Amino acid sequence: MDLLATDGHWLAFAFAFLMGLSILMYVILDGYDLGVGILLRGATDAEKDQMIASIGPFWDANETWLVLGVGILLVAFPIAHGTILTALYLPTALMLIALILRGVSFDFRAKVLAAHKHWWDKSFFMGSLGAALAQGYMLGLYIMGFEHSLSSHLFGVLTGVCVAAGYSFIGAGWLMMKTSGDLQKKAIRWARSSLWLTAAGIVLVSLATPLVNERIFDKWFSIPNIFLLAPIPVVTGVLVLLIDFMLRRLPMPNDRFAWAPFAGAVSIFVLCFHGLAYSFYPYIVPEKITIYGAAAAPESLMIIFVGAMIVLPCIIGYTIFAYRVFWGKVQDLRYY
Amino acid sequence: MDALILARAQFGANITFHILFPTITIAMAWLLLFFKLRYNKTQDLKWMEAYRFYVKVFALCFALGVVSGITMSFQFGTNWPGFMETVGNIAGPLLAYEVMTAFFLEATFLGIMLFGFNRVSNRVHTLATVLVAGGTTLSAFWIIVLNSWMHTPAGFEMRDGVAHATSWLEIIFNPSMPYRFVHMLLASGLTASFLIAGLSAYQWLRGDKRVGVTAAMKTGVYAAAMLIPLQILAGDMHGLNTLEHQPQKVAAMEGIWETQRGAPMLVFAVPNKETRSNDYEIGIPKLASLILTHDLNGEIKGLNEFEDHPPVAPVFYAFRIMIATGLLMLIVSWLGSFQLFRHGVLSRWLAFVVVGMTFAGWVATVAGWYTTEIGRQPYLVYGVLTTAEAAATNVSAGMIGTTLILYLIVYITLIIAFIATIFYLARKAGEQPDNLNRAPVANRPGVAGSRQILEGNV
Repeated sequence: MDLLATDGHWLAFAFAFLMGLSILMYVILDGYDLGVGILLRGATDAEKDQMIASIGPFWDANETWLVLGVGILLVAFPIAHGTILTALYLPTALMLIALILRGVSFDFRAKVLAAHKHWWDKSFFMGSLGAALAQGYMLGLYIMGFEHSLSSHLFGVLTGVCVAAGYSFIGAGWLMMKTSGDLQKKAIRWARSSLWLTAAGIVLVSLATPLVNERIFDKWFSIPNIFLLAPIPVVTGVLVLLIDFMLRRLPMPNDRFAWAPFAGAVSIFVLCFHGLAYSFYPYIVPEKITIYGAAAAPESLMIIFVGAMIVLPCIIGYTIFAYRVFWGKVQDLRYY
Repeated sequence: MDALILARAQFGANITFHILFPTITIAMAWLLLFFKLRYNKTQDLKWMEAYRFYVKVFALCFALGVVSGITMSFQFGTNWPGFMETVGNIAGPLLAYEVMTAFFLEATFLGIMLFGFNRVSNRVHTLATVLVAGGTTLSAFWIIVLNSWMHTPAGFEMRDGVAHATSWLEIIFNPSMPYRFVHMLLASGLTASFLIAGLSAYQWLRGDKRVGVTAAMKTGVYAAAMLIPLQILAGDMHGLNTLEHQPQKVAAMEGIWETQRGAPMLVFAVPNKETRSNDYEIGIPKLASLILTHDLNGEIKGLNEFEDHPPVAPVFYAFRIMIATGLLMLIVSWLGSFQLFRHGVLSRWLAFVVVGMTFAGWVATVAGWYTTEIGRQPYLVYGVLTTAEAAATNVSAGMIGTTLILYLIVYITLIIAFIATIFYLARKAGEQPDNLNRAPVANRPGVAGSRQILEGNV
């Protein structure tokens, strides 16, 4: 099998697209609830209850996008799945333990003795932060092509911090929509500080990726690509400035534009994801295995593809339904 | 220790921890639906009381199941890269269908089931409960299909060392799937029944005489009494199916080294792999032959007939633990049903026994899984792929060992926290003033009277 072949079955591309979509959905959806978890650190006890109530009905389904993403990697690109996950063995294990802590803290904190609650709040925060850092670190190592050098580990740590900042930012955006009063004002402050850290992270990754990878450099900085692709960083930059402009003016009367920072965060995530996906295509393991070389047998992929085309619209449909059910400001401490 | 043993220990620890919670939630979702439907029909507050308490236990179990399940989806790749590389064309679509048809369904509607009580109509809430219950059962179906295929692979051909599907019907309905699926669903039913019976007996012994406690206790004990004979029957049929397809596993379960006619059923023995025989054997003559071949002098193949066979002692002991727990379940649930039916209450000593058996389902389920999974060794996919072939080659033993210790610390802490928390919740439920009769807050028709079900953080 030629691992570097770029001409392959259209199914390989379709599954790469679906996997990208799942990861993007995950980063946005679990991104905001992990972000809310990170922001717990600076909240009072009453605010903590509200913040967690705002994500309570959603986190479980949000996390399922991660299972779908890694599931597609597992089933559609089995060779790449083994290579990537064994290369990222330690951060993966740390992320899983962090996600375990975060997920169970949701329930334990609401059920244990009042005197023990703060332990579960702490593990909620640690779990959220740990998962974000581990995911960012994995992104960093991925960009560095899983190279085990001091510089690539340092870069991983840096991307870890930036992803945590990005999650905090989108989490703050979520809180602005779901809360009001003091907590909303706090969320605006959180958003402003995390926005600039996020922006710094984006610049960092955008500079590092073409510098460590000649192929990606050529892809972005050749004519005419440089003109065709220029809108991606330009629009991202404009969005950052626009969000900052909005944040200085929020909250507005009647809660106008409370949704804007969240929408802005989603747009930035989509743009960044698009940029990364464009850079690495057609590789799934940077510079080693392409999506076409790693793809499973077309017959098996076809079975899944047909199912996905039927089921995914249903999933999106009832996800929208669930969000509509819990639309609006989060209600007090009881989450019914 | 070498990397293979550590990788197995790590994956084994994860699936052992994981199965504890789905085995509760699969059946408890249906029992919650039962409580809710009873309440919808009778408007009797005791059913709402029972729902209200067990939905909290359910939510906790669900969260623990989800997070440990996510860990599992990653450990397929980190621990067994060779598994997907060899049989990915079969396992992939099955796992994909599990995620797509079941995981999203249960996760999304769980939010509405737990927190949406006051935001949707009672009918939609009931529907959400049905979808959560259906989703958990569906996910059990897909994962059991895959697991059964690993035991009795069918509907595929090997091309260049990679499995390719030839018939999806044969893959899904592989020879052991129906038995394993039924056996697992009944195991879940028994686990949830004993958990409910145990917790409500605990509440009752502490003097919590609310009607909901008795209603839940009756539901748990009666359900267990009805399910256990079905489980014994299903287990027997599953055993015969295993004898047909994996005779060496049955030989290990029965501790039979030499092929023999009229084999005894060993009540106790210490299998000795050095001498390839048993020490301290106590057996009932001819019973194993009778059970397995339905003939007193039926022939059972011994372990020495097979080139590869599983390690005997763990399979032999695990099988006995499962059987003993099952028999205890039969005695306790039938005696309990008799007392409840005759007197409306359990005698004190039996209530203590029922509390002691709160987690009997866990013991039997885990022992059963160890029997069947260790019984498949040295294979990962029976006759196709060995466990050693599937293991990661580029992950050091030190790394696996370190993460194994971390995982174990987390799992043990969480199991302790889980058990402590559900008993704490059971005590708290009795101490809180009964707020079911408080004036309804919501005005929505059909919701008003029952909205307090979710009062207090779920």
